[in-house]
Amino acid sequence: MTAFLLRRLIQAAAVVLVMSLLVFLGVFAVGDPIEILISPEADQFERERAVKALGLDLPLWQQYLVFLGNALRGDLGRSFVFNEPALKLILERMPATLELAIGATVAALIIGLPLGLYAGLKPNSPVSKGIMATSILGFSLPTFWVGLMLIMVFAVQLGWLPSTGRGETVTILGMRWSFLTRDGIAHLIMPALNLALFKISLVIRLTRAGVRETMLMDYVKFARAKGLSPARVTFVHVFKNILIPVVTVVGLEFGGTIAFSVVTESVFAWPGMGKLIIDSINVLDRPVMVAYLMMIVLLFITINLVVDITYSLLDPRVRLEGKQ
Amino acid sequence: MSSTTATTVPAPPRVETPFQRFVSEFAASRIALLGLMLFLAIVVIAVLAPWIAPQNPYDLAQLDIMDGRMEPGTVGGAGFTYWLGTDDQGRDMLSGIMYGLRISLIVGAGSAIIACLVGASLGMLAAYAGGRTDSLIMRLVDLQLSFPAILAALMILAFLGKGILNVVFALVIVEWAYYARTVRGSALVERRREYIEAAQCLALPTRRIIFRHLLPNCLPPLIVVGTMQVARAIALEATLSFLGLGVPITEPSLGLLISNGYEYMLSGKYWISFYPGIALLVTIVSINLVGDQLRDVLNPRLKR
Amino acid sequence: MSAPTLEVRNLRTHFFTRAGVVKAVDDVSFTVEAGKVMGLVGESGSGKTVTGFSILGLVDAPGRIAGGQILFKGRDLATLPEAEMRGLRGNRIAMIFQDPMMTLNPVLRIDTQMIETVLAHAKVSREEARQRSRDALGQVGIPSPDERLKAYPHQFSGGMRQRVAIAIALLHKPDVIVADEPTTALDVTIQGQILAEAQKLCAQFGTALVWITHDLSVVAGLADDIAVMYAGKVVESGPVTQVLDAPLHPYTLGLIGSVPSRNRRGEPLRQIPGMTPSLLNLPAGCAFRSRCPRAEPGCAEPPPMAEYRPGQHARCIHPHQEAVAA
Repeated sequence: MTAFLLRRLIQAAAVVLVMSLLVFLGVFAVGDPIEILISPEADQFERERAVKALGLDLPLWQQYLVFLGNALRGDLGRSFVFNEPALKLILERMPATLELAIGATVAALIIGLPLGLYAGLKPNSPVSKGIMATSILGFSLPTFWVGLMLIMVFAVQLGWLPSTGRGETVTILGMRWSFLTRDGIAHLIMPALNLALFKISLVIRLTRAGVRETMLMDYVKFARAKGLSPARVTFVHVFKNILIPVVTVVGLEFGGTIAFSVVTESVFAWPGMGKLIIDSINVLDRPVMVAYLMMIVLLFITINLVVDITYSLLDPRVRLEGKQ
Repeated sequence: MSSTTATTVPAPPRVETPFQRFVSEFAASRIALLGLMLFLAIVVIAVLAPWIAPQNPYDLAQLDIMDGRMEPGTVGGAGFTYWLGTDDQGRDMLSGIMYGLRISLIVGAGSAIIACLVGASLGMLAAYAGGRTDSLIMRLVDLQLSFPAILAALMILAFLGKGILNVVFALVIVEWAYYARTVRGSALVERRREYIEAAQCLALPTRRIIFRHLLPNCLPPLIVVGTMQVARAIALEATLSFLGLGVPITEPSLGLLISNGYEYMLSGKYWISFYPGIALLVTIVSINLVGDQLRDVLNPRLKR
Repeated sequence: MSAPTLEVRNLRTHFFTRAGVVKAVDDVSFTVEAGKVMGLVGESGSGKTVTGFSILGLVDAPGRIAGGQILFKGRDLATLPEAEMRGLRGNRIAMIFQDPMMTLNPVLRIDTQMIETVLAHAKVSREEARQRSRDALGQVGIPSPDERLKAYPHQFSGGMRQRVAIAIALLHKPDVIVADEPTTALDVTIQGQILAEAQKLCAQFGTALVWITHDLSVVAGLADDIAVMYAGKVVESGPVTQVLDAPLHPYTLGLIGSVPSRNRRGEPLRQIPGMTPSLLNLPAGCAFRSRCPRAEPGCAEPPPMAEYRPGQHARCIHPHQEAVAA
């Protein structure tokens, strides 16, 4: 297990290095780095000072080392708009995005697993066919438009839920969270469901396929031959097996969910990283863009690592192979 | 032939070309046929928009700002009925949607075709050259596929700026990898077949082997992936335009129309966003229905 | 005389598919007494596994029992409500499957899979259930059962897994065990061990054992009686020595002839020409007639099951009766 972990960590570090090089090249080598890093309003004198300070007169590989060194110290530049460190801006908004993405993932599992299970156990019932047709729609519906429609129906027409924003928050560990207040949860429901839309369909399909495949296995028939109740067969013998692929995919999708929250956050004016990056792009606040990219890369690698470890915990075959 | 017919007089052999069989198998699903009809109808509407739309929404002379944000069904100052209402500029939504479909389809199909050409060539090169070329191309593919398309496109447009060509470019960048992976996969399978070895033994030119032998066999999966990717490209373009990073305001696609209606949504003027969304939805669903059926018909693994 | 432990009478299990009705089991009858072993022999696709599943009430849609009786101590299982059937399954009637690599759930520990079986039929504490599971593992010859209980199936070899499956089947000391080719997937030496074990345990507990196999040599050493199946029907049945030494049905004879060890050195292997027919659109009359060297026009009529010698029945109008003289 330790060797496995160590190997994964080294791999992860290598990927971060490669991605930092790509981001560096994207920002510094393509286009004029001065344009990117220094506010357009700066005068000639300021520019020259900045070029020196940033080491832009050095050869490219030295510049990269400087960039890397700064990045390691958590310095990814200052936002032109907020005049604050870009990293700080991103980190401030991260809890909101994480909260939204986790909410969406939980919603996808809570809604998708039972529906997929039902569709898999009774593949020929009309209800199952309805579930599957809806899941196709879930793949086709443009997320942002569904978000608008949710606002229109539940906020504007019915007035049940607030349309935008994050609502009342509670501060825990120095971060603000919505899910602990009634108002916050009311604000969270629609964005989370909207972001979950695609994942619900995905979970339904994965679960259904998994159930249908597992039901044909000898060990399920053997479990029935032991005289176990249908509930025990379904929820212990079948469910535990399909949980492995579903958790893996949903876990891997978590990165995609964070990325896609860009759209949902814009629709619901949810004050997370996604909203920040769209705003920054619109005003060309490039240091924030660079910081966001690096954070996303880090996040992705962390997610992959966590999924690998969870997977090995869930599946005894993988876990014990590492030991031997 | 089955043993039951062997004893009777054999029926006159019905010659069915592979294409005819493909057509009849495709038509076996009513819902897929419906999807195809819908899609064709959408294409016809988009192509004929300048002739059948009640109004040219971009001819400022035809717009009447007094007709702004009118409900569906109102008769405007120009004398004709705005069946789907008007937007804040007094544009007829129906006409706007017809013109918007043009942009959406052009961007979707255009990016898919270019991405297909780029991706298929690289995939074929990877499969045929093998070795280092192969692993370099496939690394790129993996890298591309591991990064969410929406983010990659967003970043590219952030650096390039708005514009139809820029959107197409961004979509090509995020989509070529799917085609490359597909073509490489099926080309590798085909390459190991005896007839390719035979062709190589005959010292047929590489070009001939690739175009006459390898490529036709990669076509079925490529068509399936291509169909799905057109739908994806249209959805992605709409999303990017909604975020304000896609097509410019002068050439609004469906996504931009929806985006324009966003601010009026909260005051209950739903139609500006609603109807373009329905058009977008129908377009994507119809393509996906066709794609689903194509996948079932063209997938050799499902053939009995 | 009381009712036999298991009596299958004219069992018909059909699968109602879109392409037509597949008569997987079509008129199968046999009887197993307590402590006896019944060998159910046939090629793959002859319906022997479906017969086993029918006894357990585990035939899945589109299949169902279309006729006949399965009498367990006089009670007809074919008409028993599912809830009652479940009470018997794994309790009074157990089954062992063919492939030990597939019968244990890969993500559950052995103890989970054993204890749940105990608790499904006995009102005992978890600790008691664990104790019973441990004892059962000991019975089938698994060393250090305490450690083994905490393991996962993939940590066991195929033979060990089959022992675990047998231990699970034995947990409630059932009256009937249906064993579906339980040794086919194993090495020969392990096969022998498992066979010996099965024989010992059945004699010990007075279990009626239905041993499904395609391997005549296994049946020869293990079974008391034998029923030979072909295309869903029992074509010959009787005491094992009698059937193997003096088969009546040409198919049984062909099957015996196909066993390599029974052929003399240097002689070409004998074989049955042709293939097993598709169970869909089975022609009327004897299903074996297209492959039978003795086929005659009369074979186009369905042959009845008749007793040609005491206890030995065959479904054939021209059986090898002359062999008895030899």
